[in-house]
This record gives sequence, C-alpha cells and structure tokens, in this order.
Amino acid sequence: MKFAVIVFPGSNCDADMYHAIKDGLGEEVEYVFHTETSLDGYDAVLLPGGFSHGDYLRSGAIARFAPIMPAVIEAANAGKPVLGVCNGFQILLESGLLPGAMKRNIDLKFICRNVELLVENNETVFTSSYNQGETILIPVAHGEGNYECDDETYEQMLANKQIVFRYNEHVNGSKAQIAGIVNERGNVLGMMPHPERAVDSLLGNQQGLALFTSILSNWRESYVTTS
Amino acid sequence: MSLLLEPSAEAIKEKQLYKEMGLTDEEFALAESIVGRPLNFTETGLFSVMWSEHCSYKNSKVLLKKFPIDGEKVLQGPGEGAGIIDIEDEQAVVFKIESHNHPSAIEPYQGAATGVGGILRDVFSMGARPIALLNSLRFGELQSPKVKYLFEEVVAGIAGYGNCIGVPTVGGEVQFDPCYEANPLVNAMCVGLIDHKDIQKGQAKGIGNTVMYVGASTGRDGIHGATFASEELSDSSDEKRPAVQVGDPFMEKLLLEACLEVVKCDALIGIQDMGAAGLTSSSAEMASKAGSGIEMNLDLVPQRESGMTPYEMMLSESQERMLLVVEKGREDEIKAIFEHWNLHAVEVGVVTDDSRLRLLHNGEVVADVPVDALAEDAPVYHKPSQVPAYFEAFQAEAPFVPDISDAKETLMHLLAQPTIASKEWVYQQYDHMVQTNTVVSPGSDAAVVRIRGTKKALAMTTDCNSRYLYLDPEVGGKIAIAEAARNLVCSGATPLGVTDCLNYGNPERPEIFWQLEKSTDGLSEACRVLNTPVIGGNVSLYNERSGGAVYPTPVIGMVGLIEDVSYITTQTVKEAGDILYVIGETKPEFSGSEIQKVSQGTLSGKAPAIDLNVEKNRQQQLLAAIQAGVVASAHDVAEGGMAVAIAEKLFGTSFGAQVVWTNQVADLFAESQSRFVVTVKETNKHQFEQIVSDAKPIGTVTAEETLQFTTDGEIILSAEVKELESAWKGAIPCLLKSKD
Repeated sequence: MKFAVIVFPGSNCDADMYHAIKDGLGEEVEYVFHTETSLDGYDAVLLPGGFSHGDYLRSGAIARFAPIMPAVIEAANAGKPVLGVCNGFQILLESGLLPGAMKRNIDLKFICRNVELLVENNETVFTSSYNQGETILIPVAHGEGNYECDDETYEQMLANKQIVFRYNEHVNGSKAQIAGIVNERGNVLGMMPHPERAVDSLLGNQQGLALFTSILSNWRESYVTTS
Repeated sequence: MSLLLEPSAEAIKEKQLYKEMGLTDEEFALAESIVGRPLNFTETGLFSVMWSEHCSYKNSKVLLKKFPIDGEKVLQGPGEGAGIIDIEDEQAVVFKIESHNHPSAIEPYQGAATGVGGILRDVFSMGARPIALLNSLRFGELQSPKVKYLFEEVVAGIAGYGNCIGVPTVGGEVQFDPCYEANPLVNAMCVGLIDHKDIQKGQAKGIGNTVMYVGASTGRDGIHGATFASEELSDSSDEKRPAVQVGDPFMEKLLLEACLEVVKCDALIGIQDMGAAGLTSSSAEMASKAGSGIEMNLDLVPQRESGMTPYEMMLSESQERMLLVVEKGREDEIKAIFEHWNLHAVEVGVVTDDSRLRLLHNGEVVADVPVDALAEDAPVYHKPSQVPAYFEAFQAEAPFVPDISDAKETLMHLLAQPTIASKEWVYQQYDHMVQTNTVVSPGSDAAVVRIRGTKKALAMTTDCNSRYLYLDPEVGGKIAIAEAARNLVCSGATPLGVTDCLNYGNPERPEIFWQLEKSTDGLSEACRVLNTPVIGGNVSLYNERSGGAVYPTPVIGMVGLIEDVSYITTQTVKEAGDILYVIGETKPEFSGSEIQKVSQGTLSGKAPAIDLNVEKNRQQQLLAAIQAGVVASAHDVAEGGMAVAIAEKLFGTSFGAQVVWTNQVADLFAESQSRFVVTVKETNKHQFEQIVSDAKPIGTVTAEETLQFTTDGEIILSAEVKELESAWKGAIPCLLKSKD
C-alpha cells in the first residue's frame, strides 16, 4: 500500500507521519509537496499537523487553496482513505470535506499531553482494529482544537455514526468532547490527537498504531474484493 | 533624503551623540583613530553596536579565556554560530544557549519568541537540523500581577515560536526569586544534529564571490537591540519597545528548510545568521574571519518600508534573515532552492580583498571602515573587582539550621514553592513531542531525544542554582556544572560539553565584576575536572533595574551522549520491593537552600561545600552501574533536599517508600551536594553495591502509596503520596489564578 504525506509550507508533523507509515506500519510512503496537482498512484492520503502558512489566519484557511487540494478532494470522492491530523483536520474542515469549524482552545493556551480517547465507532476503515468503546491514550498538541458545529449537524453526525473519537475529559472545550469525525461515506477522518506520535515502543506508547493497521487491513480487503 | 536629517560628523563629535549609542569618549576616539578621519552617523552606529558588550564581550573576554574549550571530540569551539561535538558515525551534535532578557522584560511574548528564533538560526546556520529546544527562566516571586504577566507571556512566546516551527521544547528550568522581579531572565537553548560533511562556517571567502541576503525583509524593528541589551534597565526602558523585534516563526520554518537544502549545495561558501546587530555583525564578522572585505549596496537590501536610512538598515534586528556568500556565477542555483520555499535570495554585495566594510546607498559610499576594527578591535576591559561586604559577612555567619516542628507540613510547604513545584503548567504549553524522538519528556532530570536510525540518544539539560552563586560565586559555579552533569548521568548519559549563558548585573560595579571573576573560576575548574569543555555561549550583563542586580546566574546548558538507548534511565521508581539507595553524605547544610528561603525570607551564610573529585567519582560509578543495567531509577538531590527528591521519585507512580533516616529530622531538607537517590531491584543488589562503593541502602519502594521516614523505629514523617503530589502539582496554577 502506498501513502502520500502532503507537505504544506509550515507542516511540521510531516516527517512524523512519514516515519509512522514507513517504520511503524512498514508500508510505502512518499512526501507530496503542496504545489503538486496529482495524487495518482497513492492508495491513501495523509494531511499532517503543523502550522500551514503560519496559521496566522484561521488554521488551514490558506492551505485549502493549495494546488494539491483538488487532488485531495478527488481522492476523497474516489473513496480513498484521507486522514487529516491536527492541522490536517483543520484543513479538511476549511476545504469542506468535513463539517464544522475549529475555535481556539477554551483556556486560550496551547496544550500538549497524552489524553484518553473513547473509540465511539470502530466500524470505519480507520478504527476497525480497535474495540468499540475502547479507551486509548493518544497525545494532543494544539492551540485550536475546540471543535464546533451547529446542533443539526451534530445530530446528523450522531445518526450517521460520524463521531469516531471523543475525549474522555474536558481537553479544549470541543462540542460534546469531539476529538475526531468522519465524513458521511466514512473514508475521510479528521482528528486533533496525533496517532502518528504513538506508534513506537521506545517512546512508550503504541496505541496509535492500530489506526494505521486498520487502514492497511481494510485496503487489503477491498483490494482482494475488487480484484 | 532622510540622510539630511542625520547629524553631521562634526555634530556627533561636538554634541557627543555617540554617547547615546553607548560609546564612551575613549571608545569613540579610538574608533576615529582607527578609521583615520571623523566618523559619520552610520559609521558611528556600526562601531557602537559592534563594540557593545553583547557583540564584543569587551568586559567579559578576559574571564571567558579561562574556560577549557578544547577536547578530542570538539569539532567547533566558541566563535561560530554554535559549538559542535563529535558523536561518532560521522554525526555531531551542535548546541548553543543565548539570552533574551532585556527584550523579554519589556515585551515578554515577542522577547521570548524571538529569543527562540535567534537560537534556532544559530544552530541551523551551522548546517544542523534543530532537534530540541530548552530554556531557563527566572522571575520574581509569583505574587504580583506584573510577574504573573511576564511569566505567562514568556511561556506563551516560547510556545508560540517553538510549536509553530516544529522543534520540540523538551526541557528547561524555572526559578522564582525577588532579585528577578524587574529583570527576568529568559535564556533559550537549541540542540541540533549534523553530519560532519555538512558543517558550515560563517566566512566570506573568495574575492569576487557574491554576498546574498535571504529571508524576511529589513524593517525598523530592533534597531540598536544589541546596545539596548548592554545597558541597565530603567523606568524609561519601556520606551525602548521599538528595540524589541517581532518574530515570524512561519518565515523561520521556510528559512530553516531552505537553508538545510542550501548547505548541501557546494556553491555555498559561507552562511551566518543576522542576529544581534543584524547586517552589521553578519557582514563584518564573516569578512573578518576570512581575512577579506565586503562591499554592499544597501539599495538592494529588501526593505519593509520606504525611506530607511543606511543607519537603520545596518542596525535593524529584524528577525528571520540570513547572509550568504556564494560562489560567483552560481547564484541561480541558490536562488532556485530558496524559490522552492517561496523565499527570495538577492544579491546585495561582493567579497573584496581590502578587508573593509564598504556600504553604498543611492550611489554614494555611506560607510567605509576596516572589518577587523568592527569585529576584532573593540577595547578589552579588565574592570576593577572588589569583594562585596555581604560575602564577608556571610562567610563569618553562624550556620543556619531550621527548626522543624512538623516534617510533613514542611515537606508539603517546600513542594508547593514555585521553584520546586511541578512545571507541568509550563511544559504542557510546549509541543515537546513533535519530531517523535522525545524518549524522556520534560519533568525528569534531563530530557532524552533519540537519534533515529541509530542506537544512540542525546540527553540534555539546563541548570543553575543562582542562590549558591550569590552566597559564593566560585563554589556556586562549580555546583552549577556539577549539577548539570548529575542530571545527564542520572539519565544514562556521558556528559559531552557545555554551553553557558552568563547573566549578571552591571560589570562596572566592582562587586559585580568580582562575582563574574569568581564564578568563572569555579565554572572553569568544574568543566576541567568533569571533562566538559565549553563550546560556546553568551554573556548578558547589566541585568539590573533601579540599582538591584540579579543573582549571578551562569545558566549551564549541557548535552550528553547515551551510547545505547537501553541505558536510558528516568527518575521515577519502577517496582515495589526495589531497594532505595542514597549515594553521598547528608550534612546539615542549609545556607542558600529552599528551606532557608521559606524560613528566613532571605538567603545568607556559606554555600554548600563541593569536592569535584568526589563528584566525578560518584558520577562515574553511577553511570557504570546504569550502563551495567542494574539501576531501575536515578535522581539527583537538589532544591529541597532528600525529602523532596524521594517524593519526586514517587510522583506519577502508584508506589510509596519506607525510608530509615539516621540523621537529624532537619537534615531531610539539607542541600548537601553530590548526592543521588536511586532504586535497584533486589536481584541486582550485589552487582550494584560492587560498582557504586558509596551507596547506602536507606529503604524500600512500597506498594502502599505512603512516604514514610523513621528514625530508631519512630515515624518522623508520614504522608500520603497523593496529598504531596497534589500540593506539588497545584502550586503554580493556583498562584496564577489567585488575584492577590
């Protein structure tokens, strides 16, 4: 399986994502610069964390206009797994691939620590290796992770099982403690916590690895069924 | 046009305008005699910044000479952007610490942020990828709204810059004492990793080669920042806010990635950060180091606003800028690399053979002075030195011994002192995990960052107990080095070298110069004994406001090598039943301690004693035991003494400890030096005791979460670990919330 890690100016978790796939998962991965226009040949697209264009405007608001974004949207529409973590999630929101918006953390401070997440839906291509209702420990590192959407959207997401991860505690003021959501089709995941930071035993936490193994095993299954 | 508004050479001399720029009468006369004619406004500006303490070290040079700077592994000592030490496999570690005290005192967010930006550039201009940031911060008591504001904004500024650029902030220290009330200290350290072949120098070699400018455009911010940093703060300092720069971490991220590509291109001859004194220092120093000259056309310098004068351009300290020297004819290769990152490298000058810095503006020569005069010929002062009266009084004083009525209450109280309390509130705001190499996060003795693709890791720390230095600068200087090394050894590392940031008061006062003199003696001797050469650093003098100087605060940044990640050891206990050992003797030494501060409100007396050879021996033995795999956890004993050290070993675990205490109760809080507290599995007991001859078993780790000390079977201190931990964790957030 071949992954693309999109590099925006100001991305800074691109290398972490790259190593999570290459060393953690053991699959093929390449960087794709924001000025490229095609994602042909990649089976999954990863939007890493960081501060694209400095995030001086709303996070992700400029990155969504990057030349690569039409190809990201195309990949999403084609049903390929698209994962946005942290700034990647913010870019997915800004580009309309996921509903809602992000505000500054409720206490207006950047927060970096391990947090407990509840796996709300393990029936997605990203979470099938977790157990339903399982609690996992994954680090967060963000200043704008306070997720917001209107009640109607929230109800819809609830009905469609689009809420994939919730924080087990109040972390940043997110509506209903939402930490990660998928689109209706279930192939685009945005999440603030960083699974790519939790794949290596030397760093003391491998609880994020199952997210990537989920993507891989689902891709293998679909590959077998389609071919 | 605006040149007409500048004072003439005659006016500068007659009205002594050079004094406003920080030059003395003698210095101005010397500069004039070197150049051989009256100096115009721009030239006077060039001399004033380059001869400031910040750039020339004119007051500290005689003392810095004492530092051992050589070692078989030292690839680059002081003099370049950052020092470099070999870690084998064709790799090396690059590190440096720098102060940003004065800017942070008046604009804490930007002052701290640009301090981080500057130290990052020092490291990546050497060709190294920054892999970690650390800091060392000092504030007044966390009581007044002003101190709280400075503390919160400095932390936010460090976070804002480091988090955005994506270099983890993995460690640091924060101390609170009244002497820092109006003059906080903000020191930032950066550690980078480099392959030997990529090592760069800031040199303008090759006559005819092209001088290029890259990064942010030049604005009117930070003009005369280096001069501002070299004078005492006063009530009018707030008016100098324009001397504080504004940071753009996104620009720096682009610059970082582009520069690390450029260093792989052999068209690059030299590269240097435009740090303090901006264009002036980078151009003069690069030429001086190479024995060449530089001619620059200032019309070509990218400018943020119109109508800037040569004086303003040369003295601006706008951030995120680099000066490059490129092989003539190959400029386009360099430009293409920067274009990829949406940056523009522009030709601004040429390397000449006449050893002069010549500046053109609107077709006229606006400055023409010898580069060595700026970079090398600043006067060197050996200021008068005098033993302060307080020191003699302290030496004669009867030793202070605290009166402990309730040891548990005392321990709770000490754990809640902001200097000892958990710094979680601080480091939670720093992204300490990005780059996914942080093996040991902030909160342990030293941070540990693995080197991907190898078995190696680097341990790093910043440390300085300035209270001991205040009591006795020489002994305190030795302790500062020893304690930094202790931190590294506890994590399983062999200390490699030191970068130091010397923060002192006004050296023109003989008592302050004496502090500088004595402490550099102590630092030098400890570096020699512990084999940790000084590979670079920074001097920050004039840290005073309204007559009160800060404690002598030589912050030590130290980096160590962990040859195998299996050696990595942390401070917290691991298993019930493990034996608790103490290495080193506890004596009734309380002067300069946290317990003295909370009991008396002031510090006095003799600093705790230290024998560097004993220290070295213990460090070597402990490291050997760690490398033999028989140590489960290790922690040095520092502020607050043994009771605090053992409590800290229990925090974050689900264990307690039973300790047999054979000293006086008060000695639980003594701050005797060269002590460690470690835990060892029962099965490793014999091997451990063979390696560490000084170690004495004093207790065991228990499953019950209680910390208990007994003397002759009687309980002298008993506390629930959770209760202690909550006092320790809650102290800083609680102080920040209170509105008193």
